[in-house]
Amino acid sequence: MNVVVCVKQIPDPAAPGALKPDTHTLDRSGKLIMDDSDNYGVEMALQLAGGEGDEVTLVSMAPGGETSGLRTGLAMGAAKAILVSDDALAGSDALGTAKVLAAAIGRANPDLVVMATESTDGYTGTLPVQVAELMGLPSVTFAKAIKVDGSSVSVERQTEAGYDEVTVPLPAVVTVTAGVVEPRYPSFKGIMAAKSKPVDNLTVSDLGIETSAVGAAGAGQEITNVAPAEERGAGEIVVDEGDGAQRIVAFLEQLKVV
Amino acid sequence: MAIDKIWVLAESADGAPTPVTLELLTKAREVGSTVEAVTWGADTASLAGTLGEYGATGVYDVGDIGDALPGVPVAAAMAELIKGGNKPDAIFFAQSYEGRDIAGRLSVKLDTPVLTNVTGLVAGDGALSSEHPVFGGSEIVTAKFTGDGPALFVIRAKSFAAEPGGGGAVTVTAASVPDVAATNTAKVVGRHVEERSGPKLDEAAVVVSGGRGLGEASNYALIEELAKLLHGAAGASRAIVDAGWVPYSHQVGQTGKTVKPTVYVACGISGATQHLVGMKGSKNIVAVNKDQEAPIFSVADLGIVGDVHKVLPALIEALKAKG
Repeated sequence: MNVVVCVKQIPDPAAPGALKPDTHTLDRSGKLIMDDSDNYGVEMALQLAGGEGDEVTLVSMAPGGETSGLRTGLAMGAAKAILVSDDALAGSDALGTAKVLAAAIGRANPDLVVMATESTDGYTGTLPVQVAELMGLPSVTFAKAIKVDGSSVSVERQTEAGYDEVTVPLPAVVTVTAGVVEPRYPSFKGIMAAKSKPVDNLTVSDLGIETSAVGAAGAGQEITNVAPAEERGAGEIVVDEGDGAQRIVAFLEQLKVV
Repeated sequence: MAIDKIWVLAESADGAPTPVTLELLTKAREVGSTVEAVTWGADTASLAGTLGEYGATGVYDVGDIGDALPGVPVAAAMAELIKGGNKPDAIFFAQSYEGRDIAGRLSVKLDTPVLTNVTGLVAGDGALSSEHPVFGGSEIVTAKFTGDGPALFVIRAKSFAAEPGGGGAVTVTAASVPDVAATNTAKVVGRHVEERSGPKLDEAAVVVSGGRGLGEASNYALIEELAKLLHGAAGASRAIVDAGWVPYSHQVGQTGKTVKPTVYVACGISGATQHLVGMKGSKNIVAVNKDQEAPIFSVADLGIVGDVHKVLPALIEALKAKG
């Protein structure tokens, strides 16, 4: 079975984020890492595609030929990666990104496409379904458990009230939530092996996509303003000296909650 | 030019429109001249009255979709209506499971982008601008569509208040689903409801949430006990949901529920961006955390820098003593 996992390489969320003053898009010029949310998809894919002849391919779109995040996924055990990197992609919206990813994923001819439900930095949460629609595939979002069953997959899909059991024939797109599996840490051997694993570098024209359909030129939306949010008034922060509980009770009494 | 027509994707649960549906209708009524709802399901006839009361003058009903997931058939039916010449200026979706699936599919069918995580909408110059919190809500980005639309907005729950507008009966028009056999192959074969007692998390006046600082899963019982004493609901940070301590339905935050209770009590929660987005709109916030530098204290009205293992049991005892 061929499984493709989409991996997003993002600025380290632990570092303070910033928007570029001219375009108001996220500044991605610093070091990029694999989005933590993608650990779960990579792990899930490796577990589902663990048999003879099975293969996991990573697909990513990132500026400047960035591969540091992809290497993390390769070190975990993925066989190869496809990277789409092109200056024309700067400023792409989710739909433009979906067009690029759908074309790149198609090259790997997958039985199953696994993605995170949403990225940590952009969190639009619509891209996986857009990719599925572009590829003409069914999709199941918010999977908290996945099992491959011959030519179909069974998914436990989160709902407002609990979860639904959903089956879908392959090929299909499935998005996973954090916690679907416990991701492995790359081993030293894995990290060394990842350095020589193949990464196929593609441009927008390699994919047969017009540059006018992607990037800032193709984005049908623009940011018109960025402003600080209204701050909450400063609260009272006290160190507990045995009276913490009483202070909370007094606060709740004042609000007439108790 | 005013914003002429807005569609609202109306979701329902237990035979009634969901609260966020009513919030979106109220906002649509405020910024648009004509508001119409799109819905699906087996018993949609019973929804029409409420949808009308909140501002819809017409309802397009996709009808019973059987055991399919809504994303594919509902988006296809909407695209069919639009391609048939019935084009709204904007469509409002809730940032829910089905809302995102339908918006994503429709976006490709219409080749038009989607703006997600909307928490505010402002009308001006004949167009709508949307507001989006970024970096944990510390900054607000304003965006607008540049294309022909319709403008697709995916909106977070509790961004707007729901108020009935005194509308009357509405016309229900059937919306047909074109052939979507290739993509509409996911089937729901079982539905599981996780039992919870007490008020609903997103409707409770008091929410008590626990995070990684609780140390271990069994300590979550303290959160549940405190929530019960305050007649509230028990919530959780993503960290402990991911760790499997509590079901996902308890999660408050970006990928979980948005809550705006009178009092939010955060216990052992550091206050990651992901969490703050879901609870920062609470009227009053109490936080207990051992790390004085924890971001949760930047939004707390009362912050106790201390050990939850000491403060929580003492608080429970004190409340019990009060009766």
